[in-house]
Amino acid sequence: MTNHWIDLKNSDCILIMGSNAAENHPISFKWVTRAQEQGAVVIHVDPRFTRTSAKADIYAPLRSGSDIAFLGGMINYILENDLIFKEYVVNYTNASFIVGDKYDFKDGMFSGFNAETGKYDKSAWAFALDEKGAPKRDNTLADPRSVYQLMKKHYSRYSLKNAVDMCGTPEAKLLEVYKAVASTGKPDKAATSMYAMGWTQHTVGVQNIRAMSIIQSLLGNMGVAGGGINALRGESNVQGSTDQALLFHIIPGYLPTPSTAEKSIEDYLKKVAPVSKDPKSMNWKKNQPKYAVSLFKSFYKNAAPAQAFDWLPKLDVGRDYSWLTLFDQMGKGAFKGFFAWGMNPAVSGANSNKTREAMTKLDWMVNVNIYDNETGSFWQGPGMDPKKIKTEVFMLPCAVSTEKEGSISNSGRWMQWRYQGPKPLGDSRPDGEIIYELAQKVRELYKKQGGAFPEPVLNMNWEDMGNGHEFDVHKTAKLINGYYLKDVSVKQPDGSMKVFKAGTQVAAFPALMDDGSTCSGNWIYCGSYVGPDPKDNRAAKRSKEQTPAQAAIGLFPNWSWSWPVNRRIIYNRASTDLTGKPYAPQKPVLAWNGKGWDIDVVDGGGAPGSVHPFIMQVHGMAALFGPGLNDGPFPEYYEPLDCPVASHPYSKVLHNPTALKFKGEELNVCDPRYPFVCTTYRVTEHWQTGLQTRPQPWLLEAEPQMFCEMSEELAALRGIKNGDKVTLDNQRGKLWAKAIVTKRFKPFIVQGNVVHEVGIPWHFGWRWPEDKSGGDAANLLSPSVGDPNTGIPETKAFMVNVRKA
Amino acid sequence: MSGKSFFVDLTKCTACRGCQVACKQWKKLPGEKTVNTGSHQNPPDLSATTLRVVRFSEMELEGKMHWFFLPDQCRHCLDAPCKSGASLPDSIIQDPDTGAVVYNEKTAKEDAATIRSSCPYDIPRVNKKTKVISKCDMCNDRVKAGKLPACVQSCPTGTMNFGDRDAMLSLAKKALETAKKKYPDAQLVDEESVRVIFLTQNKPGLYAKTLMADATPTRRTYTRQEALAALTRPLRAFLG
Repeated sequence: MTNHWIDLKNSDCILIMGSNAAENHPISFKWVTRAQEQGAVVIHVDPRFTRTSAKADIYAPLRSGSDIAFLGGMINYILENDLIFKEYVVNYTNASFIVGDKYDFKDGMFSGFNAETGKYDKSAWAFALDEKGAPKRDNTLADPRSVYQLMKKHYSRYSLKNAVDMCGTPEAKLLEVYKAVASTGKPDKAATSMYAMGWTQHTVGVQNIRAMSIIQSLLGNMGVAGGGINALRGESNVQGSTDQALLFHIIPGYLPTPSTAEKSIEDYLKKVAPVSKDPKSMNWKKNQPKYAVSLFKSFYKNAAPAQAFDWLPKLDVGRDYSWLTLFDQMGKGAFKGFFAWGMNPAVSGANSNKTREAMTKLDWMVNVNIYDNETGSFWQGPGMDPKKIKTEVFMLPCAVSTEKEGSISNSGRWMQWRYQGPKPLGDSRPDGEIIYELAQKVRELYKKQGGAFPEPVLNMNWEDMGNGHEFDVHKTAKLINGYYLKDVSVKQPDGSMKVFKAGTQVAAFPALMDDGSTCSGNWIYCGSYVGPDPKDNRAAKRSKEQTPAQAAIGLFPNWSWSWPVNRRIIYNRASTDLTGKPYAPQKPVLAWNGKGWDIDVVDGGGAPGSVHPFIMQVHGMAALFGPGLNDGPFPEYYEPLDCPVASHPYSKVLHNPTALKFKGEELNVCDPRYPFVCTTYRVTEHWQTGLQTRPQPWLLEAEPQMFCEMSEELAALRGIKNGDKVTLDNQRGKLWAKAIVTKRFKPFIVQGNVVHEVGIPWHFGWRWPEDKSGGDAANLLSPSVGDPNTGIPETKAFMVNVRKA
Repeated sequence: MSGKSFFVDLTKCTACRGCQVACKQWKKLPGEKTVNTGSHQNPPDLSATTLRVVRFSEMELEGKMHWFFLPDQCRHCLDAPCKSGASLPDSIIQDPDTGAVVYNEKTAKEDAATIRSSCPYDIPRVNKKTKVISKCDMCNDRVKAGKLPACVQSCPTGTMNFGDRDAMLSLAKKALETAKKKYPDAQLVDEESVRVIFLTQNKPGLYAKTLMADATPTRRTYTRQEALAALTRPLRAFLG
């Protein structure tokens, strides 16, 4: 979230799209309801009328996978009717930037596409630079090569009619939504966006969110109270796990993973330090070499930074290591062993049969979880013959979250310290302990036996995470914050020198250095644990102390700690004009007092107007034109790879040409065998793959079985009655479900034809409940195709058949 | 002593069912073996082991889709017809401090059908094995210890409120005023005669037939005890 949960109450218009917040983030509705009580309009856009829709002021249906037609139409509506917040757009976005000559867009394709590799050369989308090397600008926005004009032209194709035709949303509803959101283009109004996997799990997932970012930037809704782009994270600590780089392409603090393209640390540091020649651009990422070196020093504190870098594992250039690729490679026998740690891929991953089959190719699997699951027991699952499977599975029972001390980071980026409640049950142990001990044992083996490349293993800094035998959560949290490795003298503003002794905790990331004198396990968390004692752990703060101005916007700076530097609303500088005056005087996020800024921690610093507000962007401006993504600088409409139409009105290119695909994956385009759109979702009563909730009787009784929601029209077509057992199938798999025939699902009229859609929940699996009455995984039907930027599978829109069982 | 009351603002209920589960947790009640019957409402009804259930009711009205949610529970009537309908003087008692209507093991000696049919809201349920009749007891143990009922504590949206009756009545009236601006048909249900005051955004009958007391005896024939109980029953027309 750019903002945080409480801040939802400050909004004038809440667009919930790609999310079913009332059901899947129940606590969010505390704040949505507060906003609504104060007159905010709540909008829900979703294929199905849900518990969220029931509370919304406007409900608009749309066919799964057609979001860019809906959002592109909104961009066009805003531009055609000139509803933008112009001062903000000119000063704070890249609307005025001139795009270079190589950029072009023709019939669904951007310039720079290489048909052989299936990839774009992104240098074709570069900005035109002036003689100093800063982007050329036209603040009148009239230049035909300005971002504003190119964007206007790009979205001129996104007519209401096209949106109605592809989304199946009634025109009146579309207009109602467009008007409500666009009405917040006034300086003192804000709309917010709440989204979740309904936007991300598509082959255009990142571009769905980009489209909304464009809308929010055009309306001046970024950096303000009640605004922003708010990703509702699926698990309470998913924000924390992403921050700590539980993904292949980043290392902690969102630094890129080193690859074989960087032959030395110098190459890497150059790569992570972008250059801007605009003197008003803070270009914060220019500091990344300091954060990278401090990170390497946290891994290898006794080694020189260059040595530490050499010891790090590197990605092979151009190779994808995301989820789908991992299981594709596992299926080809590319590796022998697999840790399924707090994960249940036999249920959670797309194309379950492919995933489960891949596991049979492993020699061993270690399943770390609180219960046995469909993954650990895959060898005795449906369709498996245990006699023919060689994989040896080791089950390591781990403690549940309440049984251990540590921090979780919520969607609003609050790092919240939690204490241990009950002791872990039986022989189960906290994950940290398991990892720590495993590392000690591996080191012992390397010490005894040597090995191909022992140095990185033997030199790793484990002493700052435990005592050599036991994991220490406070030591680890202090290492994540970072400390001085040598005595360092720093010149103070008054000219005097201050010495920070080796071993002293670093106060905040501006103090980190690239010469090896500081370490920090994650720069964005630098400032969270600033002294030797547990009382210096800011994540543990629980004070409601606040100023009246902070109270007015529900900002609690002394309750836990938020990255970065306890800033609660990021890009908050954009909430004020160039003189520091808040655009929304009734709910200011910042106030310039003549010397400094009050209320929130300001983005950047310095006097009003001295720096551009979007400090994490190279040129300091919100990116209407985003030349960094793999599938284009503007979101463009493409159908899901499984889809019910043969064409669309935006171009001749049916699918995202850069989508992640695999050989042998058959796709369903207008295939009469699989005529219905299917989407997946969650219910309040179950959690993730259901492993924690399916064995829980009070939750299981509320949602006991796999179900399939469908319209009365589809049910009539297939002779299905409410409560009947039905089967869903396609060439990937088959499953049964109980039919919920409901008026809450309606057929869509798409390009003049009736398109039926059904929905199934994600949480079920054959292992629990133990009497096998629950059903099996929704992902038996979903395809192994993914977004070209993230690799996230397209599990929100695919094609199936539905029959009475 | 005016005792305690709940105020339940249904305009805010998202049917998250936190209250349904919290009730079972505090009361240590077992989960039931259920199946999906084509509805999200589950368990399908109240039972001796399910003292509160969230009822789901979906319909189109004038072309607009509605989904009404009702966390159903004992209303703790000021003059409880079930107590009047009981044959023993002490199987159903009313706590003089809180006003909670509390059933004990002696209800096993009562005629369960009579007790159930005496309730205008169709709440009491009998345990088929022990014959003890069960329903919500206002978490009287928690309330006496200064805590909120488990259901109220679990509610994320401000739907469930609990406190002194006067405070809850004034909260209810204030909330009604606000709700009326958005929902002209909003109303408080039987607020003069019960301790669980629901605010509906539409006609109560759209949520469930038993949300509001029905003065006309259409559901079943009156028994002698029921006729007696009817004398003290809230006389409010069924408006749904």
